[in-house]
Amino acid sequence: MLELRVNGVVREIAEPPVGRTLAETLRDDLGLTGTKLACGEGHCGACTVQLDGVPVLSCITLVHTVAEREVTTIEGLRDHPLVDAFVRADALQCGFCTPGQIVSAAALVEAEPELTRERVRHAMAGNLCRCGAYPRIEEAVLTWRD
Amino acid sequence: MARLIRTEKEVEGRYTEQWIVVEGDDAIDQWPEGPGKVVGQPAPRQDGHQRARGQAQFTADLQLPGLLHAAVLRSRHAHARVTKLDLSGALELPGVLGAIGPEDCHVLQTEPGFHGAPIAAVAAESFSRAREALARIEIEYEELEPLLDPEEAVRRGSLHDEPRRYERGDVDAALAGADVVVEAEYRTQTVLHNSMETHQSLVRWEGDTLEVYISTQFIWGVRDSISQQLDLPPDRVRVVCNYMGGGFGSKNGPGDYTYIAIALADRTGRPVRCALTRREENLATGNRNATIQRIRAGARSDGTLVALDGEFVNAVGWAGWSGPTYGPMEMLYACENLRTLTHGAKLNLPPNAAFRAPGFVEGTFGLECLLDELAARLELDPLELRRRNHADADLVDGRPFSSKNLLECYRRADPHWARREEVRRRSEGPIRRGTGLASQIWYGGGGPPSYAGVRVGSDGYATVLTAMQDIGTGTRTAMAQIAAEELGLPLDRVRVSLGDSARGTYASVSAGSSTTPSMGPAVRAAAADAARQIVEIAAQRYHLEVRVLSLQDGRVVSADGGSWPLEEVTGLLEDAQITGKGARGPNPTGMRVLTFGIQVAEVAVDVETGEVRVERIAAIHDVGRVINPLGAQSQVEGGIIQGIGHTLSEERLVDPRRGTVLTQTLDAYKLPTIADVPEMAVELLDIPDEHLTNLGSKGLGEPPIVPTAAAIVNAIRDATGADVRSLPVTREEMLRALAEAREREKKLAAAPA
Repeated sequence: MLELRVNGVVREIAEPPVGRTLAETLRDDLGLTGTKLACGEGHCGACTVQLDGVPVLSCITLVHTVAEREVTTIEGLRDHPLVDAFVRADALQCGFCTPGQIVSAAALVEAEPELTRERVRHAMAGNLCRCGAYPRIEEAVLTWRD
Repeated sequence: MARLIRTEKEVEGRYTEQWIVVEGDDAIDQWPEGPGKVVGQPAPRQDGHQRARGQAQFTADLQLPGLLHAAVLRSRHAHARVTKLDLSGALELPGVLGAIGPEDCHVLQTEPGFHGAPIAAVAAESFSRAREALARIEIEYEELEPLLDPEEAVRRGSLHDEPRRYERGDVDAALAGADVVVEAEYRTQTVLHNSMETHQSLVRWEGDTLEVYISTQFIWGVRDSISQQLDLPPDRVRVVCNYMGGGFGSKNGPGDYTYIAIALADRTGRPVRCALTRREENLATGNRNATIQRIRAGARSDGTLVALDGEFVNAVGWAGWSGPTYGPMEMLYACENLRTLTHGAKLNLPPNAAFRAPGFVEGTFGLECLLDELAARLELDPLELRRRNHADADLVDGRPFSSKNLLECYRRADPHWARREEVRRRSEGPIRRGTGLASQIWYGGGGPPSYAGVRVGSDGYATVLTAMQDIGTGTRTAMAQIAAEELGLPLDRVRVSLGDSARGTYASVSAGSSTTPSMGPAVRAAAADAARQIVEIAAQRYHLEVRVLSLQDGRVVSADGGSWPLEEVTGLLEDAQITGKGARGPNPTGMRVLTFGIQVAEVAVDVETGEVRVERIAAIHDVGRVINPLGAQSQVEGGIIQGIGHTLSEERLVDPRRGTVLTQTLDAYKLPTIADVPEMAVELLDIPDEHLTNLGSKGLGEPPIVPTAAAIVNAIRDATGADVRSLPVTREEMLRALAEAREREKKLAAAPA
């Protein structure tokens, strides 16, 4: 049995096989499908979750390494003001990368409340969006408190 | 009464005749130009919160009881014959329930013609177990010589179809009589769609009906293809796609994965998911094929084009279609002497697929760069050159345009174009700045058939019902806006139910910039039908004449000043509903329905390192009436950003000897990031096309990507004097072009006066 803390709740899962990723566990064992898998090898950012408030790529994070830590997924951030900011700014098109974008952005605005455009462009460059909603994402992250 | 109409249907320039049925009266006048109460007003997307919160269920998120997971064995070679295939090792692994080979499924191949061609597949209790099983399949290949060079394919006659020839006027005579002739070879690379949600399907049998949950741009096309392949009545195939994670042209059909899932479901008696990995996505789901364009332009000294001549080679791959790379040359300018020859090379490379304005993105790059070479030779302003060659009517088939406001786009480009002296002055040290522009032409008129229903409940809330799909473009919201406008309702009282062939009417493909122009008029007609019924009911209830009543702001309003909440009228129905029906009428007979535009790019080139940065792009497009200015602007920006990737960073690389794909991951294949985005100024003319349907709207998914590459490369020439003729503009290509330009300067300086 493995115990995980996800979005403030303790979850128990049957002992996972060696090599099981956090993303697989979240999606397949815990039903938290808001975390998306788009590349599965740490290149695109769609699977971003927070570990103790720091964004990590859950598709290349082994679930056995996070047992003692606080995992925050998009499901734990669904009332974050960034969600409204993204919708208001039209910062999504197909929306497949969006949960990962918001999880990354939530960690960013928490760590650095006073953001500049350049800082957003630097910090968010690991979250790919093929629809190209980037200008709106930038706007949403800069105006999330409005 | 149902009316049967024989009409002409155009899909990206190909015309066919067909019957359509239009119920009731589709002859509704267009709304007046300018924003209405809902249409033309910016609206955040209605499903925005679901998508942002990760609550939207994409195909990738669906679960079914007993679901098995498929994995596909794909060819390691570009060209080979499978000499041995033994699936028994895979089946011995616990948790593996089925394995299939070429005998079991028509998409599996014994003579793979490209790296990534599907050969065998397994279904297992988990995806990781299925992948493990693939490694236990015993396979041996006899490797065959791959044909990889498109020019060689043309020489050998390895083509997908007969070479396409087009000619008007007398090109040779016109070239001989021209004051100047410019000639160049342009090349474009292979680029990949790389939608964030990979290609995938879940299939299961529900009684005698096959249910297919699929990430698709065309629910009805998938249904038809599968029903034909399996010889099933069409309605025994139910296709569902509620949320979809991007397609860009690559998800118009069932693909190999759906048929593999069906065969494995038949084999195991269980529901099966076949979801491709990112690496498979980069091999076997289509691409924008590479092109070679040998093109010439002849002009008089005043800039009048007298001849255009082009030979195009489309490196189509093993399967696919030879796209209209010739299209912009034939259609964009008023040039009476014109000749094109196009080859579709059949190669041992992955098949192509439509990709956002296929052919036109590639052809516009060549043509619009050549036009700037001509402008430089004539010492003529590039924008003025384009104005002088404006086409007032279509020269391919002599048809008038249903609407064309390209000159207005040019006029609005003037202030952006006027910045170029100031932009150049901001060059400093090795950083050279410059400005370039390019025109855009593309289809986007949509067409019939498409049908929709609108249901108004007793509570005065409405639902649009149609089995279309929203592939992320925001059409769900646009359709709600159209229905709300017609029903006089606030937008939050209208919802759209889509995405299920068993629960809605036939609807358009979401490709070819056609969803809004195809579906919008049907939705408006359905809403108008419902509105008519509501007014007729109200007239009887309140003893008034129909002609004095209208629907406004959620109320039934009488011309004498009286008004009643809509729900007071619809409430008479208790729990029942009013239902309206609507059909997409025909396109205007004998007219060309096209979209137009121009983009102006500003770039900074580091002449020491070859790095190119796009600093600003102004985009002005003529796409008819704009339904949702917020979503429309987002889509234009997204198209430009994809265009920047196409121009500067994206390229599928192949081993030149073996034909195997080297760029299979998103670190090898470079998509643009947020840090690559320039300042953008987007303007949509928002002038309804008075001849096109009850809306006057055209599509805008594709127009914004069409001119981007040429505008950027023309800006590079303005900044540096270098002629880039090959995409992507890597540092290597940029430095090569700079060196060539320096050589040319040197020769010019050394030449006797």
